Amino acid sequence: FIQYCLSGHPTLPCNVLKFKSTTIMLDCGLDMTSTLNFLPLPLVQSPRLSKLPGWVLKDGSTFLDKELKECSGRVFVDSVPEFCLPETELLDLSTVDVILISNYHCMMALPYITENTGFTGTVYATEPTVQIGRLLMEELVNFIERVPKAQSASMWKNKEVQRLLPAPLKDAVEVSMWRKCYTMPEVNAALSKIQLVGYSQKIELFGAVQVTPLSSGYALGSSNWIIQSHYEKVSYVSGSSLLTTHPQPMDQTSLKNSDVLILTGLTQIPTANPDGMVGEFCSNLAMTVRNGGNVLVPCYPSGVIYDLLECLYQYIDSAGLSSVPFYFISPVANSSLEFSQIFAEWLCHNKQTKVYLPEPPFPHAELIQTNKLKHYPSIHGDFSNDFKQPCVVFTGHPSLRFGDVVHFMELWGKSSLNTVIFTEPDFSYLDALAPYQPLAMKCVYCPIDTRLNFIQVSKLLKEVQPLHVVCPEQYTQPPPTQSHRTDLMIDCQPPPMSYRRAEVLTLPYKRRYEKIEIMPDLADSLVPLEIKPGISLATVSAMLHTKDNKHVLQLPPKPPQPPTSKKRKRVSDDVPECKPLKPLLSGSIPVDQFVQTLEKHGFSDVKVEDTAKGHIVLLQEAETLIQIEEDSTHIICDNDEPLRVKLRDLVLKFLQKF
Amino acid sequence: LTCLSFFLAGAGQDVGRSCILVSIAGKNVMLDCGMHMGYNDDRRFPDFSYITQNGRLTDFLDCVIISHFHLDHCGALPYFSEMVGYDGPIYMTHPTKAICPILLEDYRKITVDKKGETNFFTSQMIKDCMKKVVAVHLHQTVQVDEELEIKAYYAGHVLGAAMFQIKVGCESVVYTGDYNMTPDRHLGAAWIDKCRPDLLITESTYATTIRDSKRCRERDFLKKVHETVERGGKVLIPVFALGRAQELCILLETFWERMNLKAPIYFSTGLTEKANHYYKLFITWTNQKIRKTFVQRNMFEFKHIKAFDRAFADNPGPMVVFATPGMLHAGQSLQIFRKWAGNEKNMVIMPGYCVQGTVGHKILSGQRKLEMEGRQILEVKMQVEYMSFSAHADAKGIMQLIRQAEPRNVLLVHGEAKKMEFLKQKIEQEFHVNCYMPANGETTTIFTNPSIPVDISLGLLKRETAIGLLPDAKKPKLMHGTLMMKDNSFRLVSPEQALKELGLTEHQLRFTCRVHIQDPRKEHETVLRVYNHLKGVLKDYSVQHLPDGSITVESILIQATAHSEDQGTKVLLVSWTYQDEELGSYLTSLLKKGLPQSTA
Repeated sequence: FIQYCLSGHPTLPCNVLKFKSTTIMLDCGLDMTSTLNFLPLPLVQSPRLSKLPGWVLKDGSTFLDKELKECSGRVFVDSVPEFCLPETELLDLSTVDVILISNYHCMMALPYITENTGFTGTVYATEPTVQIGRLLMEELVNFIERVPKAQSASMWKNKEVQRLLPAPLKDAVEVSMWRKCYTMPEVNAALSKIQLVGYSQKIELFGAVQVTPLSSGYALGSSNWIIQSHYEKVSYVSGSSLLTTHPQPMDQTSLKNSDVLILTGLTQIPTANPDGMVGEFCSNLAMTVRNGGNVLVPCYPSGVIYDLLECLYQYIDSAGLSSVPFYFISPVANSSLEFSQIFAEWLCHNKQTKVYLPEPPFPHAELIQTNKLKHYPSIHGDFSNDFKQPCVVFTGHPSLRFGDVVHFMELWGKSSLNTVIFTEPDFSYLDALAPYQPLAMKCVYCPIDTRLNFIQVSKLLKEVQPLHVVCPEQYTQPPPTQSHRTDLMIDCQPPPMSYRRAEVLTLPYKRRYEKIEIMPDLADSLVPLEIKPGISLATVSAMLHTKDNKHVLQLPPKPPQPPTSKKRKRVSDDVPECKPLKPLLSGSIPVDQFVQTLEKHGFSDVKVEDTAKGHIVLLQEAETLIQIEEDSTHIICDNDEPLRVKLRDLVLKFLQKF
Repeated sequence: LTCLSFFLAGAGQDVGRSCILVSIAGKNVMLDCGMHMGYNDDRRFPDFSYITQNGRLTDFLDCVIISHFHLDHCGALPYFSEMVGYDGPIYMTHPTKAICPILLEDYRKITVDKKGETNFFTSQMIKDCMKKVVAVHLHQTVQVDEELEIKAYYAGHVLGAAMFQIKVGCESVVYTGDYNMTPDRHLGAAWIDKCRPDLLITESTYATTIRDSKRCRERDFLKKVHETVERGGKVLIPVFALGRAQELCILLETFWERMNLKAPIYFSTGLTEKANHYYKLFITWTNQKIRKTFVQRNMFEFKHIKAFDRAFADNPGPMVVFATPGMLHAGQSLQIFRKWAGNEKNMVIMPGYCVQGTVGHKILSGQRKLEMEGRQILEVKMQVEYMSFSAHADAKGIMQLIRQAEPRNVLLVHGEAKKMEFLKQKIEQEFHVNCYMPANGETTTIFTNPSIPVDISLGLLKRETAIGLLPDAKKPKLMHGTLMMKDNSFRLVSPEQALKELGLTEHQLRFTCRVHIQDPRKEHETVLRVYNHLKGVLKDYSVQHLPDGSITVESILIQATAHSEDQGTKVLLVSWTYQDEELGSYLTSLLKKGLPQSTA
């Protein structure tokens, strides 16, 4: 089978697998790091941002100063932020039969893939993935659409122009592929193509392939996928975690016996321990608040935030923070908090047990009830009345380019009492902060990435023992900034096959068998013979029917009755069909017994001569001789068909048929 | 040929005490473990002696499956697992796992604490029993062991109700439990794919009923409640805490809101709030509409419905009370009933089926003088109404499910014999499948004839699809192979491969016939005549004239020599292998007829 690699981002994969005439897309992650090259979209007019100087080329030409602005030595595009899409030219997207989604972070490009591309297939995902994925998309669309921007910069993308720009704009890849955000109608249309699935549900695709989602332990409803036929098994591992947070634990055993294991979505911060980061998060938060400062936590509206709130729930009383208000601001904050409580079946065992009581699985229900946590759709409206400082604000977007977070960065950035704590690992915090420089606010980097690290991966690979591993090329070498850390790469035997964006891989596999069904009446007609102890054989001559990639063997139709009327005109009508085929023969013929048999059947003049390799049996009267050797018998007679048939049957008595 | 067999410990031609034992391809599965609400003695639990006479339950059973939390489907579970003794896995859905122990505890309390019975299961036994439960997701394929797998489908009926497919190899059984084919105000409709089971075991509570539209029944219900309340009467609605209760609450809540009614609605306390909590937390199991809107408005938070206190029953003025249990056989609903029964202004609405022997069943069958405990006679003057709200499939629904699943055999359970007979005939007529309706303690055996899956070597399959004269892959083709059976594996390979794998060599059987032909010409000319003749006759075959003077027809070799004595006679040696016997034999007879004169 063949793998088309449409994304080079290791945690936001998009691959297409051609497997037994089925075209399967694995995830469609959207690389949003491209937005870091854009100026933030402020909710409230920001004098600072609007006063940034236009960028002037070295030769003094100013034709780009409307599109590009300079801030603390970095150049940003002043335009609606754009995203880097997966490759859409590598193969015709209308030929994709199904899309398998592994978690809600890996479906953000879905509307670009399913809408306006001729895609007519089905998307498979679990219910939490769809519901939370919808919230993420809704939030994104809302963030972008509520700050309409008149200007759309495109001049800088010209290859000749881009060459002249300073880094990192100069090195930005595939800028011609960057696209604006999709709209809600497109999101709804894309999501309507999703069919819900449950863990360990076996889904048949066109009778040829079976796909099964498995719990991956990373997020609510997150899955790895098994793609298999009767004889080949591909495991697709994406965003998995072995840490006990809120989701159901990872199912590892079902990954065993894979021919190919495609490995994506490992931790982006292999050197940071998530537990330690949570500890640091709490202590930094407490310290800032105690000193009278505010804490800003740029975050996604679902995922790690549930764990952070749970930690804080246990921590705030002991840290004396019970009077500090916690705000969660997002257009989908309420939905996210509500949805998190209704997916009992997708949660870890402890949380499931709580639901049986029945109590809400997440303690943020109690934080809300006791008014410690308040949530708002945006900074406008009720929030402005309730807002008290010092406080802790959870809000998006983690890129700091759009969403309510932009407002708080502008509001709190000037005071060193305040702290921004980065917990989401998707964006470099230095790049995220660049358009806000110079900044007085404290910045703490506590990336919490619960996905597999390299130690866990090598243990996993040893455990499940795939024949081949396929992974993004980033995993086959140490991180560029830490080239001596050879422990930060995948170590397995045979070495993994790596891929990069826009590459097409042919995956190794060797298949020797296929499934076929023998119909009951045919099975009844078979005559098995025990050839060796424990091994029986039966010769099968049957009609092979192939439909929908399934093979069935049936009894051959009865030979038609010879026509009674004499309508035959041509001689060739008499020519026998070369079927049914005769079986192969095996065994050897003991001459003495054979001669006895001949005599029993009325041949009285049998004479045996020895030869170098065997014997010759002579039937003198019939002028017939039979050469018998170890592996062959040769009957030579005159044209006497009844005699030949009789001798044949006598010989066959001594041989086995195959 | 294998067989499936069924033993009904309960639920055969009867409602209540569902318990079915299925043996499928050597695996034994128990479906539901219910109690009978019409009995207070030994008969309330299924009789497990059929199994235990041959040893321990755990050894005999591969697993137990519980379809939903109603006590007639799970009420005997702690008795079965803790008192009779079963340690194997018990499967149920998450909501069932959550709610089932609460109903069991409630049942235990009524039986032991209120009625003072002994020799009943304890709270601890319920807890220990639940530890053996494995929760399953909808559509998840659960591998019970290497051969046995089960899969749950949505059944409607009550929160968490599921139908189960039990599969071993290619043989399968579907057990519906109780199900509902039409969505109601809080649950969706049952659904199953075209899984073509060998047997479908379906409930048949409403085997003969084709119910009028849900809307009509709802309107009727509201009208009756409204009228009674208007004339100052009290309405008692006996319900089970979970299920119909929530549906009727939603119905009354919206009606009260719309009509701006003031009469109080109460819900007997205890289970209720908890019950509504379950509905909130398991909202993914409710219907589409509730799931879609739950963030804005949770349908299970009621404004007009308040908790009931025992003292309220004596309050003057109209009121509506939902009280448990649903069949008026014990508890609060029975207490209120006794208080209100004497007043003709009042009304009791039975929204579900009542098992024989219960007060509910008695008043529904027209009895108006009831003998209560202590030989006291209770005269029923209040109006008695029956409204079928219980979410069972009606005859139409059952037929619809059969159409969806396409079973080869149907078994009716959980219904009354007479009604089942009617449905049985209907099913046999429409679907031409066998339909069974065994009684309790009866074993039914069904023979299945599954096709056998084997592994075919790709080489053989490709060869067979390639040699077809027609390139059309869809057309059936004749194929030949050798089926190798070793241990339990079946492999279909080419005969050559079979020989090779067994370490055997082929024994070649060859025939050579001499055919005499009168032809005075030179040998090679004779050969040429033979060649032309064969080529003319055997148009579809590969006939070749080789440089060494011999002729081949496919693999058959023909050589000519002069007769040693008669130069005018040529001897043709026709030689072929056993595998080409027909063609070889045909060729000799063809050549024996001689050569046509014209071919020269």
